[in-house]
Amino acid sequence: MPPRAVTAPNQADTELAKLTMVEAIAMAHAWEMQHDPSVVVIGQDVGLNGGVFRATAGLQQRFGKQRVQDTPLAEATIAGLAVGMAAHGIKPVAEIQFMGFLYPALDQIVNHMSRMRYRTRGRLSCPVVVRMPHGGGIHAPEHHSESTESMLCHIPGIRVVCPSSPARAYGLLLAAIRDPDPVMFLEPARLYRAVRQEVADDGRALPLDVCHLLREGTDVTIVTWGAMTAETLRAVAELDQEGISAEVIDLATLSPIDSATILASVAKTGRLVIVHEAVRNLGVGAEIAAIVAEHGLYDLQAPIQRVTGFDTIMPLFKLEQDYIPSAQRIVDAVQLTLAD
Amino acid sequence: MKTVAAFNIEYEQLLDPSGNATGELPAFARDADELLRMYRLMTLVRVFDTKAVNLQRTGQLGTYASCLGHEATHIGVGAAMHADDVLAPVYREYGTQLWRGVTMKEILTYWGGDERGNDFAGPRGDFAWCVPIATQTLHAAGAAMAFKIRGERRCALAYIGDGGTSEGAFYEAINVAGACALPVVFVIVNNGWAISMPVSAQTAAQTLAQKAVAAGIRGIQVDGNDVIAVRHVVGSAVEAARAGAGPCVVEALTYRLSDHTTADDASRYRPDEEVKRAWSLEPLLRTRAFLTKARLWDADKEQAWARECAASVEAAVGEYLAAPKPTTDAMFDYLFATPPKQLQEQRATARRYGAKPGGH
Repeated sequence: MPPRAVTAPNQADTELAKLTMVEAIAMAHAWEMQHDPSVVVIGQDVGLNGGVFRATAGLQQRFGKQRVQDTPLAEATIAGLAVGMAAHGIKPVAEIQFMGFLYPALDQIVNHMSRMRYRTRGRLSCPVVVRMPHGGGIHAPEHHSESTESMLCHIPGIRVVCPSSPARAYGLLLAAIRDPDPVMFLEPARLYRAVRQEVADDGRALPLDVCHLLREGTDVTIVTWGAMTAETLRAVAELDQEGISAEVIDLATLSPIDSATILASVAKTGRLVIVHEAVRNLGVGAEIAAIVAEHGLYDLQAPIQRVTGFDTIMPLFKLEQDYIPSAQRIVDAVQLTLAD
Repeated sequence: MKTVAAFNIEYEQLLDPSGNATGELPAFARDADELLRMYRLMTLVRVFDTKAVNLQRTGQLGTYASCLGHEATHIGVGAAMHADDVLAPVYREYGTQLWRGVTMKEILTYWGGDERGNDFAGPRGDFAWCVPIATQTLHAAGAAMAFKIRGERRCALAYIGDGGTSEGAFYEAINVAGACALPVVFVIVNNGWAISMPVSAQTAAQTLAQKAVAAGIRGIQVDGNDVIAVRHVVGSAVEAARAGAGPCVVEALTYRLSDHTTADDASRYRPDEEVKRAWSLEPLLRTRAFLTKARLWDADKEQAWARECAASVEAAVGEYLAAPKPTTDAMFDYLFATPPKQLQEQRATARRYGAKPGGH
């Protein structure tokens, strides 16, 4: 794939570039590296190869080997280097090749990255972004399709972000890099090239604590994020046919959660369906349900429904589409909330 | 078959256990002030350490990791580093930290259960104590990478224990240091024991320094009870790293004369004979003998300095004990640069139920 995102001239004066999410991610890297010399990209194969998904395509050619560094094949190394660099004036953007390979890095993320500011009373800090592909649906080998965001959301001191479109990926990645604290940036792998969208290369960041209203509606609120926004919007189109008006919220920032937007929507619709690909047990959906139970119970006209992955291992790809919640499961859950 | 690679590990000792020079000493060892500065701090650390253990025994300090017996290694390393180098300690290298400007009050504050002890007034860039074993070696590599990217002539130095060299993070750190030619030095403090595990149960390797060979970097052993040798060997290593000659592993051979921490009882697993022999090799004896023979030190000076040490340790303990307990806000205010809404709410809850400002 040509490194279109980073070699394309600024097209603000002409027509906006139509980019895939992976191109938008590369473009956000390039913008920030251009404007902040302390931003350094590290990871496996992020250099000449541009990352296995090409999310860093063209960056090493443009910014050189010091600022786009291929690391040894070792995730703890990537995260540990990022901690040390960040404590000393560099803003590392680290790529983990797949979320299933994050675990060796967790020691560094949990024990250091998330608490460097805390335990040194602000003397040192970790402005790090750890990017990783998230979720299934791309026919990948074993361990390449995990959605373990709730594990990350349980760690105090880090932010967890998951974009759902090229434009959102661009704006949220800029925000993540500029944030003074560590951000886990989960990139829905099956959205990397699923759609093209006009994305202005304007360096404008999105907030890291606000959900996005994908669609207004009156009968039910559906909260989802990442790649599940696609299935949800397909379900909503079907519901439209049946005269059911669903409001769709893209959570986008999984931790901390923007509960105000969710509660306001539930107050309006009286019904809540939460959709995520990750396993059900203690998923982020459980936290959202708890927030609404604590603060919006009397707005509810029906029990909350969760449409999630099963409490099983993400299967190999022959069954992955049976694991990932389908539009039909979402439609059925919405109808359950509307049943008498 | 032909040999495609071979290695040897060198060992450096400049003062024998009786305090006699084994050969020509490096230039700094001809500077009387510098030698006395090193010896005085070794003594101060010993007094401090004894006091800290007593504070724990009397319920005035949390679990504490003693540095008894490590003074030559710790002060030798401290003296070898430059002020703008960066230290990534484990959790008992007080000698190095005091040399670099960390205060006794800060050390006590940390072990007294208060994160403010990590907010060193002194070496602002040094990493805090690191309890998850070996993880700090990667931080030193990361700091070194930052120096390299910016073209700064600085070096990072990570400590690790003998047990820590079994951790993957250590192997990863020496590997990336070699692969990226980072200005970083790893000092293995081989004190013989990782809690109850002797080095012989930790690895089949003949030395820990040779682990460097697999990473393609230099490894060297030094007598860790010989402050002059430690400073000399580590000094050469950090100077080479700063000059762009790449990383190094230094294995300092010493002995943990104390329990692992105040929560440990080494008599359960360690032969008395071994400990008795180790006391005959301990670093203060040797350094004092050397200085006495050089007519730089005597019994009067020793007594006077001991009184000064006791007084400054008491003063630090007084400051530590007098410090007010942190308010509950301390749990929230430094987690993020700007606390998210949820944390602001929880902070308010904690304020309602928690300790009052300034109280104990």
